[in-house]
Amino acid sequence: MAAAAAVTGSLLLTVGCSSSNSSSGSASGTTGSGTNWATASSAAAGGGMNALVAAAKKEGTLNVITLPANWANYGTIMKDFTAKYGIKINDANPDGSSQDELNAVNQLKGQDRAPDVLDMGTAFAVKGAQQGILAPYKVATWASIPADAKAADGTWFADYGGFVAIGYNSDKVKTPPTSFADLLKPEYKNQVAINGNPTQASAAFSAVFASALANGGSLNDITPGVSYFKKLHTVGNFVPVTASAATMESGQTPIIVWWDYLLASEIGPSVKGLKIVIPSDASYAAYYDQAISKSAPHPAAARLWEEYLYSTTGQNLWLQGEARPIELSTLVKDGTVDQAAYKALPPAPSGNVIFPTQAQQAAAENIVAQQWSSVIG
Amino acid sequence: MAAVTQAAPERIAPPRRPRVVFKGATVWRWVVLIVAAVYFLLPLWAALRFAGIGAFGSVISQPGFTSSLALSVRLAILTTLITIALMLPTTVYVHLRLPKLRRLLEGITILPIVIPPVVLIVGVLAIAPGFLKGTSWLLALAYVVLAMPFTYRALDAGLRALDLKTIVEASNSLGAGWLSTLWRVLLPNLRTALLSATVLCVALVLGEFTMASLDLYQTFPVWIYVNSQTSGQVSVAASLLALFVTWIFLLGITVLGTRQSRKTGGGEVTLFTVARTETRGN
Amino acid sequence: MAGTVQAPGPVTGPGAPGSEAAADPGPPARLTIPKLLRGLRRAAGVVPFGVYVALFLIAPLVAVAIGAFQGNDGGFTLSNVNAATHGVYLKGFWQSIILSVITSVIPGILGLMVAYAIVKAEGGNLLRQIAITAAGVFANFGGVPLAFIFIATIGSSGLVSQWLTTLGFDPYTHGFTLYSLLGVVIVYLYFQIPLMVLVILPALEGLRPAWREAAENLGARTWDYWRYVGGPVLLPSFLGCVLLLFGSALSAYATTEALTNGTIPLTAIQIGSFLNGNVIAGQENTGKALGLGMVVIIAVAMVIYVAMQRRAAKWLR
Repeated sequence: MAAAAAVTGSLLLTVGCSSSNSSSGSASGTTGSGTNWATASSAAAGGGMNALVAAAKKEGTLNVITLPANWANYGTIMKDFTAKYGIKINDANPDGSSQDELNAVNQLKGQDRAPDVLDMGTAFAVKGAQQGILAPYKVATWASIPADAKAADGTWFADYGGFVAIGYNSDKVKTPPTSFADLLKPEYKNQVAINGNPTQASAAFSAVFASALANGGSLNDITPGVSYFKKLHTVGNFVPVTASAATMESGQTPIIVWWDYLLASEIGPSVKGLKIVIPSDASYAAYYDQAISKSAPHPAAARLWEEYLYSTTGQNLWLQGEARPIELSTLVKDGTVDQAAYKALPPAPSGNVIFPTQAQQAAAENIVAQQWSSVIG
Repeated sequence: MAAVTQAAPERIAPPRRPRVVFKGATVWRWVVLIVAAVYFLLPLWAALRFAGIGAFGSVISQPGFTSSLALSVRLAILTTLITIALMLPTTVYVHLRLPKLRRLLEGITILPIVIPPVVLIVGVLAIAPGFLKGTSWLLALAYVVLAMPFTYRALDAGLRALDLKTIVEASNSLGAGWLSTLWRVLLPNLRTALLSATVLCVALVLGEFTMASLDLYQTFPVWIYVNSQTSGQVSVAASLLALFVTWIFLLGITVLGTRQSRKTGGGEVTLFTVARTETRGN
Repeated sequence: MAGTVQAPGPVTGPGAPGSEAAADPGPPARLTIPKLLRGLRRAAGVVPFGVYVALFLIAPLVAVAIGAFQGNDGGFTLSNVNAATHGVYLKGFWQSIILSVITSVIPGILGLMVAYAIVKAEGGNLLRQIAITAAGVFANFGGVPLAFIFIATIGSSGLVSQWLTTLGFDPYTHGFTLYSLLGVVIVYLYFQIPLMVLVILPALEGLRPAWREAAENLGARTWDYWRYVGGPVLLPSFLGCVLLLFGSALSAYATTEALTNGTIPLTAIQIGSFLNGNVIAGQENTGKALGLGMVVIIAVAMVIYVAMQRRAAKWLR
């Protein structure tokens, strides 16, 4: 609590000043011009974009964590960033989870290897903010991020997201499924899988949540989702294995319920006949969040990375990975969106997407944790 | 020994080994080995069929293959040396001088196996001094803990097969000091157990993924994972490649061990020697 | 040439392995300073090991134990332990124990058979070298790749399943599925058997062929040999190796996770979802309580193991 107050206090101070020349104890990040980027809460506060770029180039390295190359086009994003600014990117713990990211920040504090920037689920971003390990920072396009998708003090902000979708190999699956109800049909025997354990993998958890919405449940009630999967197993359609590109390619799991953008980027390249459809009876979306570590060993590079991701280039690169960048509506309005990539997205359901609150999510997680093992009896 | 038959007075028939008794056993042994071979090799073949040979090329050509493999090999060697340097004297000492502590030692060495790797690395990182945290040597120290249960079990099995007390007393009575006894008497007698422990250590480090990635290092298994994501076939090819590289490395150790022992005049050293011929006269 | 007869009296030479060291006769039993110092000097041999264990093993364990009883505010609470011993987590403990017992005893016996066959095989040293190095590799093979090679073999459209289907018998229509406890057991054998082979092989060295021949000479058949000579000699090491397999099975989770997505509750998987997951945040202490539970389980297994060793020692005498 005290840490959060201190953070907010220093944030107010820096925002109030036109130029920040604060000199705090941390040695790293101090450039020749005297700006300590470790405490800068925006590019303007630190002396402008050019100063930021110069400082970042001087640092020369950026540590990212848990960003697989084929996740939301991160491979291309990282290559492009390095090409543009000459900053080398170290991508550690590619299979890691959001909890691992927080752990790494805490345990490797003060080490050169510690992560600079984080990309994690909202529950963990909130937790990180509570622990006081995230640095408040507002990117140049801060205003384009919806208010309910960011922390007011700038400690975390949504980056990209997608919908729970049904991906199927059209070479093997002759009748295209279009909804959760469809998946119960007998022609999909031994074909349907999800990408992991719902108590551990957020994509799988979201699949259960989506199926709950499709079967009379709500954001307050996830139990119909568990019952749905139980029914799916009883009729013999559910394959409890962790689905992946390999399992679809080898014919084990021709139908996978997963995030639409991950279906595209992780399975698309190996399965030519992949088709992605958002179920007509439920639309469930979630966004991941970006954050900067307060003890980042390369604070200027970290902030430049965020500016880059939230620039038109960065947002469009995510769009090309078939993820929905958070500033999509602004891009469309301004006409700066990549039209081809935008058209390639699976048609989104109309109407506003409602996200579960932290409380709703926690309650749903507990139910799933207790009941998931009953799915195969 | 086999009965000696009385033939003509000027000739004694050589002792016959009762081969008939062993024949059924020999067939049975081969059946066991063949069934085991099928069980272990068939799934690999199924995976290879799926991946296709071409996928291997795209794995190896990725940058970082040699550097991550070199890191893993360094860690493997270091871990093995530390583990054996730590476990061998301790185990021998406890067997000899503190037999009442043997159960306690067994209990302590089995504990690491149930600690989740994430807990272990969190604990290690929490207490490690800064200068150590910045290097990969800390990871080696953590690996020693992981290797402890297996190393201890192999050394314990080897020590039980010896008459330790007699050997050590004989060595002492001939004037050897403690260190000399360990190096020149015990080590050669424990060759099997030591090589078993080495194989377990090396294979463990070359295959360990969780702790290395949580400590944010790119060892060989981590590199394999990172570069296996372009397609399903490539990911399967990558894991098969990891298996194969580890196996080649272990085979290299074995062959080197054999050559070394031949040079010094010792007998053939397979990874496990069993006294087959020397004791017939007993 | 008559067979050698065991002379009565003290046995020397390659005698009973594992004999306890005799106690130091020394001065009369009073706790004098010299005796204390001597006792300390004796213990000095294990000091390096003790230090290492204290730093790298005890410290994390203590952290787990403390965390298990800590609430999110840092105060003492029993709620984590309470949660960990009810509902799906209790089911998880049960399931883990059952799975670990099955996948330690069966591979224990099978591994012993394979190890014995390797040792006695007449294919020469090359065969043995290949087999043992392969065992080292397989003993550490697990997780998603292992799950996949079995999916590719006996999954619903796997190689062997397809062969059997063309022969007229589709296992999947007869109730078999890889994604069940039975399937998990079959897959666990893949790393448990090689592990057993590797750790029991040094013990097999303790079976001198001379004993076999002596037993044969006294009229023993194969069964008698194993019952009276081979079995008792191997049993202590065998039990120790099975204990190791038990621990190894207890802590394995990546393979089962990949095969069943958590539909089979196992403690190790549940710990993973608390300690390094993407869904549940802020309940690590429940995960630590589960970890403490695993330590308790292995401690109980140790107690059972010690009791079995005592009985085995009686048999050996």
